[in-house]
Amino acid sequence: MYEIDKFLPLMIPLTALLAVPLIYFFRNQRDIRDGVSVLAPGTMFALAFLVFKNFYQNKEPLFIHILDITPTVSLQFRVDGASILFSLIASFLWIITTIYSRGYLGGLREKKQTSFYAYFALTLFATQSLAYSGNLITTFIFYELITLFTYPLVTHKGSDEAIKAGRKYFAYLIGTSLIFFLTAIVLTLSLKGEMSYKETGIFDGSESVEMLLLIFLFFLFGVAKAAIMPVHAWLPAAMVAPTPVSALLHAVAVVKAGVFVLYRVFNFVFTPDIIAGFNGHFIALTFSAITIVVASMIALRQDNLKRRLAYSTISQLSYIIFGFSLLNSHALTGSLYHLIMHAFGKITLFFCAGSIYVTTHISEISKLDGIGKKLPITMFCFAIGSLSMIGMPLFGGFVSKYYLLKGIAYSDYQLLFAIFGISTLLNAAYFLPIVYAAFFKPPKEEIHLEAKESQRSMEFALSITALGTIVLFFVHGFFYPLIGV
Amino acid sequence: MIVYIILIPLVTAIIIPLFGFINKKLPFYVTLLSAFTNFILVIRTAKKIFSYGTERYFFGGFEAPFGIEYVVDGLNSIILIIISFMFFIITVYSKRSLEKEIENRRLPLFYALYTLFYTGILGIVITGDIFNLYVFIEIASLSSYTLIAMGQKRNALMASYNYLILGTIGATFILIGIGYLFMATGSLNMADIKLRIVPLYHSKMVRTAFAFLTLGLMLKLALFPLHVWLPNAYSYAPSAMGALLAATGTKVSAYALIRILYSVFTIEFDMKIIPFNQIFLLISLVAILAGSTLALAQTNLKKMLAYSSIGQIGYITLGISLSNATSLQGSVLHIFNHSLMKGGLFLIAGGIFYKLNIENIYDMKGISKRMPYSMAFFVILTLSMIGMPFTVGFLSKWYLILGAIEVGRYFVIPIIVISSLLSLIYLWRLVEISFNSDVDKKEISEMPVSMMVPVIIISLLTVFLGVFSDIPISLSREAVKIILGS
Amino acid sequence: MSDFILSKFNYWASILLMMIGMYGMIAKKNLIKKIIGMNIFQVSVFLFYISMGKVKGGTAPIFWEKAVIYDNPIPHVLILTAIVVSISTTAVALSIIIRIYNCFRTVEENKILETLANDENQSGNNQ
Repeated sequence: MYEIDKFLPLMIPLTALLAVPLIYFFRNQRDIRDGVSVLAPGTMFALAFLVFKNFYQNKEPLFIHILDITPTVSLQFRVDGASILFSLIASFLWIITTIYSRGYLGGLREKKQTSFYAYFALTLFATQSLAYSGNLITTFIFYELITLFTYPLVTHKGSDEAIKAGRKYFAYLIGTSLIFFLTAIVLTLSLKGEMSYKETGIFDGSESVEMLLLIFLFFLFGVAKAAIMPVHAWLPAAMVAPTPVSALLHAVAVVKAGVFVLYRVFNFVFTPDIIAGFNGHFIALTFSAITIVVASMIALRQDNLKRRLAYSTISQLSYIIFGFSLLNSHALTGSLYHLIMHAFGKITLFFCAGSIYVTTHISEISKLDGIGKKLPITMFCFAIGSLSMIGMPLFGGFVSKYYLLKGIAYSDYQLLFAIFGISTLLNAAYFLPIVYAAFFKPPKEEIHLEAKESQRSMEFALSITALGTIVLFFVHGFFYPLIGV
Repeated sequence: MIVYIILIPLVTAIIIPLFGFINKKLPFYVTLLSAFTNFILVIRTAKKIFSYGTERYFFGGFEAPFGIEYVVDGLNSIILIIISFMFFIITVYSKRSLEKEIENRRLPLFYALYTLFYTGILGIVITGDIFNLYVFIEIASLSSYTLIAMGQKRNALMASYNYLILGTIGATFILIGIGYLFMATGSLNMADIKLRIVPLYHSKMVRTAFAFLTLGLMLKLALFPLHVWLPNAYSYAPSAMGALLAATGTKVSAYALIRILYSVFTIEFDMKIIPFNQIFLLISLVAILAGSTLALAQTNLKKMLAYSSIGQIGYITLGISLSNATSLQGSVLHIFNHSLMKGGLFLIAGGIFYKLNIENIYDMKGISKRMPYSMAFFVILTLSMIGMPFTVGFLSKWYLILGAIEVGRYFVIPIIVISSLLSLIYLWRLVEISFNSDVDKKEISEMPVSMMVPVIIISLLTVFLGVFSDIPISLSREAVKIILGS
Repeated sequence: MSDFILSKFNYWASILLMMIGMYGMIAKKNLIKKIIGMNIFQVSVFLFYISMGKVKGGTAPIFWEKAVIYDNPIPHVLILTAIVVSISTTAVALSIIIRIYNCFRTVEENKILETLANDENQSGNNQ
């Protein structure tokens, strides 16, 4: 039994890796290839669920040592609540995204579909491995692999614009991670001689305050995938990618990987007590609060729907970082809930944006007037996603915001309620007009619908995720054993 | 036994022209056979060394301080392994590549000199006699001058001539250094000199010898700013020769430098008697940055790779100058890794030239459509050059960083990081251009199998040894034990 | 002072020759003159080696009953090898120069560099 316990978590990323040659092998039989792309995440989800069941019984984090690269650098997995949570969401949403992609790519008659699916599987392999990483260097390796595997997806169109955006994407992510993230890891190793995540933290507070602060800041800005300002500019640039990529990767897998790394840093490299000791949380709070507000304000001024969603993502990610830096258990619970809720909400919104683009070739918000009558299901789900983002009760987003607010109440910074108020208003201001215009304004010009047959699979996918945001509100207790701190 | 490592290629080099009279194609097969035999021999010797310790051979049966001695120990066996491996694999590659680049009638001569060059570098590595070292340096250099001059373009002639002038200055400096060392100690055997030199540390003769030896080797090593001969020599030589030079030429000089610094002089002399290490550290850091920056300015693919080599040589000397066990291990690993990676990159550059006749990076738009596999391997090697974990490139940089931390020289870390970023930029530029898909879809036209297989093997090895890193790490640990004499 | 210079005249001679040779290698534009400089440079080192082997009062290192001390023969032997190396280098250099002359019709470095620069421009225009 013990052996199987150790084997199961390894199987999850391996399944994604195994899917790659299969996808390539069946490149000419489209249906089998897409079948593999659904079957692989399905298997992963089942496996993650089994791991979850084991964890539920033992409630003990599990360590798996894979191999040594050098005597101090080893590949190590750690299975605990947060990693299972991340793994469950990523694999579940991958299933949905594959169904969606089939419609999306078919509707646009994309040529390079096989390489698209293959890189998708590779990215998911890296994401799942990152979820289970047990020390800093393993995390770093898979963090870099995610960037590498998503690069071809970002430049998928191959146009000059896409190449340019790809360069920005690559420069930001690789640049910051090499300069800051790796340096922070090396400094940690040189100070403490180890890198494995521990509940008690790698640092014990005996180090000099300046050094700790330096390392903390290197981590905070080195993990650019969490898109805290000023290292956020790669995310809007990455929006040139096909919508399924933006949806799963740049609303869920990639950005959540960044946030997840920060979760590890806040709680397993440092501990809340130590961070409070050198006032690191104060800096993190400031930057994340600024990001929340400023990104929302920028989002307000975007006319391209996907770019607006991207800035909204930047703002929402900072909610999570904000929650970490409040340093209490309520806020932490809220942050981890937000990881789920934002994933479901934002993927719905992206799916809708893609669906609109495929059927009408519209990507600007100003042209969306009256589209609700043509695409009722899509726009209805868009409304649900928006409401969840705003944090309405009955929608998933409410749960996380509730816990975050509770976290503020228990912290020393009650003033920050104001940030939440402003931000919620801004959220409403940039989402609701779209919904209003879609349903109640008369169309400016005639909208033609194309690619009807591919619409069905897209609408199926986006209604599932929209439904998910509602269901999650009612069953959020299910995740509590994974999140409960 | 170990003398055969030198003897096989030497004899082959002499008899190859004879085979050339029979058939112009024959020399290739003879070279291949001898390269393979030698590789097997080296592996067997290395295995023996690791279980039974250092092995020595005395020429003509004259014992050590008087006769010429050949030594294989933990340090040079790792260098021998990588050299003989790269030589074998580049020989496999050379057949088709040379058919395009060199006239048929010159092939026997090419292979004769090519094997002679190999003999020279093997000799540099294996010899325990310092004058013999000079002779082998000259054998390797002389054959490389002629090989470079065989390049297709007429630039090759000037490249070769300039290399000859600078190479001769370097070698003559080494000769002067050996002279002073002999005056001071009366011995030519490295191990013997090491013993005799201890009471003479403050002698001016020994210091002069040290200055001339290191300066000469730095010229041979192409350490910035003594690098001017290198870019043209690497890029105008025939592709196979360029790859071999990049993979082995400077690496062997780096090895010779390590030998001189640590097995003839000692670490106390380098660090305490003269402030050599501090100067050397500075030069290395400048070399790392300058090489990477200059590489950024190149538009010719081979030249870019050559300038990148100059930066990478800086890494090797960086580890030497930090002179602790960890950083030296990084240096030895980097000699090993860089030989593998840069060799592979040059082979791919040669392959692109072979198929599409282009060298300028900006003409390579969309070539990943025509040569998808080559470009995929180019990406792998690029990642290794940057120091991505799971590739060998990571190991050496990691050890260098740890070594720098060990002696408290933290400022080395940002320089390594910046140079990694620069190398990312200049290598990724090609990746980006080649994957640009504005170009219409063309038929796949990959390199011939005999050129592809070496590239595949090298790329897979960079990943394999990066993941199962026991092999390079334990090999380099043995090497460091020898360097530090423990 | 004069004593210092005179007692080490052999070194001074080789240093002088070495400097002349170095100057020739670096400053001369004619490829053949560079090679001449290189030869002078190498010969200076040979002289340095040979004079190094002299022992005061020693005789040539050939077995002779009356001899008390012999000169050290090792540097002489070494220099035989070095002379061979030097000759080979010169031969290689001259043969490269012959090929350069066939290609460029000149052995003046600046003219060759000009031709090469023209080459580069032309290939740039063709693209």
